[in-house]
Amino acid sequence: MLTDLLGFPPQVLFGQLLLGLINGAFYAVLSLGLAVIFGLLNIVNFAHGALYMLGAFSAWGLATFLGLNYWAALIVAPVLVGGFGMLIERFLLRRLAGVDHLYGLLLTFGLALVIEGVFIKLFGASGQPYPTPKALTGGINLGFMFLPWYRGWVVVASLIACGVTWYIFERTKIGAYLRAGTENPKLLQAFGVNVPLLTTLAYGYGVGLAAFAGVLAAPITQVSPLMGSNLIIVVFAVVVIGGMGSIMGAVVTGLGMGLIEGLTKVYWPEASATVIFFVMAIVLVLRPAGLFGRTA
Amino acid sequence: MTTKLGYAAALLLLIAAPFFVYPVLLMKFLCFALFACAFNLILGFGGLLSFGHAAFFGGAAYVAGHAIKVWGLPTELGILAGAAAAGVMGLAAGMLAIRRQGIYFAMITLALAQMAYFLFISAPFTGGENGLQGVPRGRLLGMIDLQDNMAMYYFTLAIFLAAFWLIARTVHSPFGQVLRAIRDNEPRAVSLGYDVERYKLQAFVLSATLAGLAGALKTVVFQLASLTDAHWHMSGEVVLMTLLGGVGTIAGPAVGAGIIVALQNLLASGPLSAWVPVVLGVIFVICVLSFRRGVIGELRAFLQKSF
Repeated sequence: MLTDLLGFPPQVLFGQLLLGLINGAFYAVLSLGLAVIFGLLNIVNFAHGALYMLGAFSAWGLATFLGLNYWAALIVAPVLVGGFGMLIERFLLRRLAGVDHLYGLLLTFGLALVIEGVFIKLFGASGQPYPTPKALTGGINLGFMFLPWYRGWVVVASLIACGVTWYIFERTKIGAYLRAGTENPKLLQAFGVNVPLLTTLAYGYGVGLAAFAGVLAAPITQVSPLMGSNLIIVVFAVVVIGGMGSIMGAVVTGLGMGLIEGLTKVYWPEASATVIFFVMAIVLVLRPAGLFGRTA
Repeated sequence: MTTKLGYAAALLLLIAAPFFVYPVLLMKFLCFALFACAFNLILGFGGLLSFGHAAFFGGAAYVAGHAIKVWGLPTELGILAGAAAAGVMGLAAGMLAIRRQGIYFAMITLALAQMAYFLFISAPFTGGENGLQGVPRGRLLGMIDLQDNMAMYYFTLAIFLAAFWLIARTVHSPFGQVLRAIRDNEPRAVSLGYDVERYKLQAFVLSATLAGLAGALKTVVFQLASLTDAHWHMSGEVVLMTLLGGVGTIAGPAVGAGIIVALQNLLASGPLSAWVPVVLGVIFVICVLSFRRGVIGELRAFLQKSF
């Protein structure tokens, strides 16, 4: 019965599933960035949401002041924000080497407050519109649902970003160093690898991923100073559910949680804001280390 | 000796203060001081960074407000009901959160608090965006009118002192010693035969209950419980107060709360009012980078070095 799937017309069901998939793609890219950073710095980057917002604002700023289009912004904004991230790592986070990792969390929390506070002061809490790129306006009717091109592109682009990250980590020399640095930074340093530089690069890359997600999000959600702060808490829950052990784990958990959220929006809308936190609670009871996590 | 003198001076100051400073501001300080001291119990002495304490503070604020305004409970019982509700929330959150350590503990408590926040937004008894307004202060034991700010202040002070004493006692008790042993070296505490999880959970529940006491008291003082109380910004603020005053010191969090409340009050009326979150963020960064011992921690180090 394609006209009436479990009491809902397929357009509604698949429409919400697509939205869920898009959210899931953002969860995947953001939690992947968190995992990259966590691997080398052992900290959870609380500023991740703020830097995601910064990515979206960079795209908006590049378009408004320099006339750069979406496709250029997709490359330039992550590079800019990633560079900013490297400065943060080099001049602030590095000074916390050797103290409890909780201080790294607190430092990035403070940074998030500063970045978001400055943008609220500059732009107000309301959003700036960012147009969908011309090539991706419109969509296609698949029969059971309408698929806007841009939304499909967001999912594809996110998966590409995750795939590139996987390739860098598993198939390149620098990826091998990064993995070695995660396991044992002192030994890697003894082999003559510049671990501090590697750490800076890892932080920059993780932040760049967040900014990339921000640019992708810009045409969907409005570009607003608070777009990242609520999202990042959900991403934290996703990270707890999946564990930060593997790239595949982050992708699968991210997409899965997005889909669960989408389904909840159809069948029990009131619970859709909290369902991921519920899943987190259940996972903590049944499998405390997370679905893909290694037991400590 | 210096510590005792310090406490005596602080007590005298608190008793005399409402004659010189606006009592409502002082009560705000006392509520947040209590909140921060309760929070420090789990961070400073248990070594667990909770990023979700606003849920206990805000949850208790709602329960106390509802109990007093809608059910018509006497003020004292309403406050106790709020604290008890926070304790129950703390038990539920704690049982989940202590399954992980370190940064995961922080992320889990934050996520659970966000869940509570969303529930508060949609729950019928919280008044949504408007909050729970016009909660009557009532009469203490049916006799003393708490509408009078002076009476309310000394009532608040009494509760604060009692809770502060309880926290100090807990820290110096055998229970507190074991808690510190777990913080400093968990595997050793396990090998000595301590049920580590039970100690952590008990400390977490106590911390949540006292944070709830602070939230409930705040509702009575301001006659308002709102979403602000339960927002994650509030969780961050209490971390900042504790950090600024001195993590793991008894009086530090109260000092930190005093500084932050005074600062907010100072900035609120000036040209910098829109910059308060930025200022707090900058203080956060500075504290973490170069002031990790906090005011009381630095003071203690200075006294030990000089005398």
